[in-house]
Amino acid sequence: MDLKELYQEIILEHGKNPKNLGKFENFNKDAKGNNPLCGDKVHIYLKTDENKKISDIKFEGEGCAITMASTSIMTELMKEKSETEVKELIDDFLNMIKENSELKSKNINEDDKIKLMSLSGVKKYPMRVKCATLPWHTLISAMSNKPGEVNTEKEE
Amino acid sequence: MNINNIKKQFPIFNNKVHNNDLVYLDSANSSQKPQMVVDRIYDFYTKEFSNVGRSVHYLAVAATNLYENTRTMMQKYINAKDPNEIVFTKGATEAINLVANTFGQKFLREGDEILLTELEHHSNYVPWHYLRKLKGVKINFAEINNDGEITLESIEKSITPKTKMIAITHLSNVTGAILPIKEITSLAHSKNIPILIDGCQGAPHLKLDMQDIDCDFYAISCHKMYGPTGLGVLYAKKKWLDTLPPYQGGGGMIREVKKEGISFGDLPNKYEAGTMATAQVIAFGESIKFLNQIGIENIEKHESELTKYGEEVLRKNNSVKLVGNPKNKGSVLSFTLDGIHAHDIATILDEDGVAIRAGHHCCQILHDKLGLSATARASLGVYNTKDDLDKLNESINKCKKIFDR
Repeated sequence: MDLKELYQEIILEHGKNPKNLGKFENFNKDAKGNNPLCGDKVHIYLKTDENKKISDIKFEGEGCAITMASTSIMTELMKEKSETEVKELIDDFLNMIKENSELKSKNINEDDKIKLMSLSGVKKYPMRVKCATLPWHTLISAMSNKPGEVNTEKEE
Repeated sequence: MNINNIKKQFPIFNNKVHNNDLVYLDSANSSQKPQMVVDRIYDFYTKEFSNVGRSVHYLAVAATNLYENTRTMMQKYINAKDPNEIVFTKGATEAINLVANTFGQKFLREGDEILLTELEHHSNYVPWHYLRKLKGVKINFAEINNDGEITLESIEKSITPKTKMIAITHLSNVTGAILPIKEITSLAHSKNIPILIDGCQGAPHLKLDMQDIDCDFYAISCHKMYGPTGLGVLYAKKKWLDTLPPYQGGGGMIREVKKEGISFGDLPNKYEAGTMATAQVIAFGESIKFLNQIGIENIEKHESELTKYGEEVLRKNNSVKLVGNPKNKGSVLSFTLDGIHAHDIATILDEDGVAIRAGHHCCQILHDKLGLSATARASLGVYNTKDDLDKLNESINKCKKIFDR
């Protein structure tokens, strides 16, 4: 049964046909994330406007269904969100995956919550948690325009 | 040989994984341990423990004899000329680091070249990489052919007048290719180049004869040979161990220590600084006994039949693509599935108790060359059966069901 929770239809769909896959020309922020033990890789490109709102977001990458789905869902959710909203959503998601807490954010609708919760199946698979969290850590790094690569083996 | 009797010697198979019998197909990563090895560690700590080579009391003398006995057993097992050609290390990784470090220190200059292959595990590349910065040496990689093999010709083509060391795997942990190490050694020696063989995957599965192969160095990982973790063996020709400087400094490896200078001890102590993995060495003697009881020829035959069977089963499965197609192949079955990433495969198989490895298997150079970010790998040991491979295939079909729904 756990496997069905892990590989829910939303995950499989996003894994097979990820949204926002690719790169665009006029991005102003980007970051790479790497899961060295698995070989999962994502490169996130952002365009933020003068109000620090994400006007466009795309990613290139390869990885397992969980990584691809998590990145796809995340990029869908982040469009048109302000910097504060982005940070709140990232915290909310990471807490949900790592600390088992409920999603608290008021900036997402019920549909979005269902999409995010579809990734909660990884909680029963400790070795796969980093597959789901990789793009989120990479987005933090892209927002702050930190040089260097996010590496899941160096998380605190 | 009766596999059921052999399997019964491995207590791990008494346990269930997710309520299923364990189908262990990750022996290239590390093998399971027979009861006699587990018992030997327990017995040593409960009845016989002492440090070795230092004190003169009863337990110390007995422990020293046991420790040295494994050295002699290993010498015979791989047909080395002299027991002093067996150096215990913390693993095959340390064995290769020992050679790269000491050989590099003494013999390598700027512009010298080291020849590796595209099949190498990171542990037979990273130790040499340090010499790029330290000594300005260059590293070359002999290329694989379309079947994932390294041929004698590929090595010959890559040797230059500046090649000062050849370091190659015996058996690829990804494609399963068995390299013609005897021929490559003879080629290397005809050009006065020493050769190191990374025997991590060779030693557990193939008959070894150091005097026949004639290689200069051979690195062995004991935990892949049904032995304890934290232990490796470096075989090195005596002339090298006499010539090369010590690797680590500490107790046990010295002759005389004065304020103004130090002289080093004789072989094998010169390379065994500090308190060694004593219990592991002594228990590893039981692993050698275990291998000898079955006979390495029988193990080779059993695993070779199983590998062929596994290849047949997986070839019949249309969605499976095997990685590499070497003519001379060890018991490794790496594969990809259309549209399903290796990590998803491994997670789904695990639910059925089928343990495989997914990823780049510490061979990023090879995966880049193959254009694959990750592969799934089933690898065999003496305890595996055709039934295990059928279960592997069934679970692979389950992956497809989950992903195609």
